[in-house]
Parts: sequence; structure tokens; C-alpha cells
Amino acid sequence: MTKIADYVGKSAVDNVRGAIEAAKNAENFHALLSLTEERALERAAKVDSGEITGRLAGVPFIAKDNFLTLGGTTTAASRFLESFNAPLQATAVEKLEAEGAICIGKANLDAFAHGGSTENSAFGPTLNSVDTTRVAGGSSGGSAVATALGIVPFTLGTDTGGSIRQPASFNGVIGVKPTYGTVSRYGVVAMASSTDTIGCFTTNTADAELVMDVMAGLDPSDMTTLPDFFELCEAKPNQKIGIIKEFMTDDVDADVRARTSEYVERLKAAGHTVEEVSMPIVKYALAMYYIIVPAEVSSNLARYDGVRYGKRAEGGGLAELYGRSRDEGFVTENKRRIMIGSYVLSSGFFDAYYLKAQKARTLLINRYNELFQDYDALIGPVSPTPAFKLGENTADPVKMYLADVMTVPASLAGLPAISVPAGETAAGLPVGVQLIGKRRSDAQLLALARSLEDAA
Amino acid sequence: MTTITISHDDVQHLAQLSNLQLSDDEIAALQVDLGNILGYINQLDELDTEGVEPTYQVIDLENVSREDSVQHHAADREALLRLAPDQADNQIKVPKVL
Repeated sequence: MTKIADYVGKSAVDNVRGAIEAAKNAENFHALLSLTEERALERAAKVDSGEITGRLAGVPFIAKDNFLTLGGTTTAASRFLESFNAPLQATAVEKLEAEGAICIGKANLDAFAHGGSTENSAFGPTLNSVDTTRVAGGSSGGSAVATALGIVPFTLGTDTGGSIRQPASFNGVIGVKPTYGTVSRYGVVAMASSTDTIGCFTTNTADAELVMDVMAGLDPSDMTTLPDFFELCEAKPNQKIGIIKEFMTDDVDADVRARTSEYVERLKAAGHTVEEVSMPIVKYALAMYYIIVPAEVSSNLARYDGVRYGKRAEGGGLAELYGRSRDEGFVTENKRRIMIGSYVLSSGFFDAYYLKAQKARTLLINRYNELFQDYDALIGPVSPTPAFKLGENTADPVKMYLADVMTVPASLAGLPAISVPAGETAAGLPVGVQLIGKRRSDAQLLALARSLEDAA
Repeated sequence: MTTITISHDDVQHLAQLSNLQLSDDEIAALQVDLGNILGYINQLDELDTEGVEPTYQVIDLENVSREDSVQHHAADREALLRLAPDQADNQIKVPKVL
């Protein structure tokens, strides 16, 4: 594993060449969908000549392939966008480039970020960085594995219901899902607009703080962005932290619970108070999520019709062009979500599903607000199990959804949540714990994780 | 866990609403999958939401007005037209509608 400091002040061309070589040597993991070697080397030369400077000058990174980037394709791991060359870049990528960072390629994901294992990629799954018979997690599986393998010191991901946190935990790296609205979503393939967030993977918290500090802030092109509130800080002493009781039941893998409890002991040893808290409503969060998100997905993915860009199925009239382009361009999970969305939004069912879920969401948020009156942060596992076997959950979509049960609540409430490595299972698989804070407490959460990292 | 029975016609209707042209094999598989997913999300019925206001967005967004002026974007018309699978005379070409 590598860190940003290993690259700063070195030859950017060497950095980029080294990262591309590392990527090629790790091809069997299928973490990447494409390399943007030519553009990366051009930018590296400009860093070395002093034309490009900044806090990340010459530092290579990889973006999940749902971020629009120049110099190669942006596929969202779908047949629809298989040869799509974006005419512009995501704001997050632009901000990193403005500080001298260099994008060397694009990471694999579940097609359109629908999934929790990267097995829904139209181009084949990414393998777990520790055990190649297991999943990378998802949907940002390629980004997590690329960071874990040390190909680059940081990668970008998106997290709508756990897509950064869960693969981070499955591969033993830091994963940051910020407060909703922290980083512009402009130029990122939309999934569910009320919970989509942009974040990163790193091997240490200081790097995550730097990357988030660079990316955060208002963007006139994304009206949901918040004014930049991300201020690097030190962890407050004597914090009061709640451990969520409902996420420490017998349904959760024993090793995952044990590593979480050990992290809690480290928090206590550092002078913080940790108490058990109860959130009975989280039992319903997954049901809310799989109503609200498919509803938004069905709307956001209506744009892929084969007319203006992407794959077009030929033959027949316009209706057939739409229907066949969409049938060929989407993977099965995309279709399931679009159709569930159509179902819950259709007249006669709207009140029973969509409106009901949005009301339940209010109750979930209310419970978080109550807890944050007494607690500085909440803690729990990221996922009920370590990385599962490839193919283990693919036959049953509901079983796959259940892997998201501990990550979707913070997404529905727009809260910052980070996944922090907390050791391994007896079989050597990484385990992550999740620190959740109130809105805009992102820097404080990272500082808390850093204070324990320093002590470790 | 409960499941909901979804008929072949139900799937076909949803496919039509979703602009998806599906094969018969896909429809059969989706009958099972959609039934299981709907069965799972139906557990929300147990929750009392009487009198609760719905949440549509989480960061207290307000409408922002700006001058009605031309905004400059990174991609110009030519760049966007080049993305279209078929084009002619500065327009995107599609099959005949009528």
C-alpha cells in the first residue's frame, strides 16, 4: 500500500509510469476498465516542467468509471456507454487536476453503480485484493482494490447506499462517504440523486482528509452542493460515542463483531466514552432504500434511450429503438431497479410505497437527530459479513441487497460515514468499522479515526 | 420472507412503462425477482407513519435564482452532436416517428 507523500516531489513521469506498470501487473484482479496513459503522461510532463503545480502535483489517481474524464472512455461498466468518450470532466476530477493530481485510468464498478459486489459489471467482476475467490465489494469495487493493491495512493468512488464504505471494508482501506452535498456530483453518472455522494479511498486518514479538502465545495453546476465546510482539525477529546445495538446482533458475523468491539475498546482507551444506543427504526431502512432508490433510478436512467449518445440498437421504429437499446445496454440488475421504480411510482401504488418510504425516512432522520443531541458520533460494523464468495449472492437479489443493511441508513439521512480498517477475521479477511456523524462533521470523523490510527 | 405474485403481464406492463423490450426468458426471471423484492419492501407496512411529513431532500435546499443569461459549458454543440449515434444537418437523427 502506498500513501500520497510517497509521490509528492518525485518525478511525475516516473510516478505515472510506475502506477501504469503496477496496474498492468495487477490485471488479473480486473480492478481497472481502462488506462489513460497518453493524457496522464502529457500532464506528468507539465508537472515536471513546473507548468502544473499544487498540493497533489504529480500524484497519480484512478476514478471509478462513472466519473466523466477526458482522454478515454467513461462506461459506467455498461454496454450502453462502452465506447462513450465524455466531452467534459466531472468537477471532482477537475478540482484534483487543478491541484496537480493525474488520473491514470478508470476503475470497474457494478453497471451504473447498481450492486454490492462489482459482479454486475458488464465487463466482468473485480476480484478481492486479499482473496481472489471473493468479491471486491461494490459498487466501487475496482477503486477499493486499486487502492488496496497500491497501484495508486488514492481512488475516487461514489456512495449511494454503501458503495464506498462496503468495498473499503472488504479490502482493508479507508473509505469516505461525505455529508450529502459536500462534493459536486456534476459530471458523475447519476444513480439516486437524493443520496448520491462522491468520496474517496485511501490507505490512511491524512490522505483522505487532503483529498476531501481538495474536492469539497460549492459548484454552480450542482445545485445540491454545500458551501465548503471541510476544515482540517484535531479530534475533540472525551467524545461521547454510541454503538448501535441493532448492528451487533447474532445476525452479524462473530469476527466482525469482535473487531468492532476491539475498536470500541481503543476508543475508550483514548479517553472517549462509548455507550450502547438503540435505533429500532434501522430495521426498516433497507426497505425504505429499495423503494426510494429504484424510484430515483428509474427517473435518472430514462435518459439512456439510444438517441443522443451511447449504444443504439438499429432496426424498427422509434419505440423499438428505445426498447431494444435499453434491453441491450442495461444489465439485469439495472432492469430490476428501473422496473421496481416504475412500480412504486405508478398511480395506485405511489402512496403505499414511495410516499410511505419518504415518511419512514423522516422517522429515521428524527432518530439520528435525537441521538446526535447526546452523542458526537455513532459506531458499528460496515457490513454484516466480510467479503463473500464470488457468485454466492448473484442468484438472489434480495440476499445481495441485505449486504447493504448497515450502510443505507446514513445514506438516507445524508450523514457522513467513514469505513476504517479494524483488523481481520480468523481467515485473514479485512473487517471495517463505520464511524457516522452528524451532517458536516466529516472532518471531525476523519480526525477521530486518525487519532486512533496514530495510536495503533 | 413474503413474496408477491407477479404475473407475466405485470412484468410486461412494467417493461412498457420503463421503455424496455424484454425477451420471454428475462420476463420469467423478473417475475420471481420482482416478486421477492416487492415482498421484502412490503415490510414497511408494519411501520406507523400516520401524520409524518415526507422527506424528499436532506440538506434543506432552497430555490436559487440567477440572471436569465447564457451559461458557458465545457462542451459545445459540435462536441455534443459528435456523441450521437446518427446525425445530419446539425441535428440528431432518429427513425421516422409517424
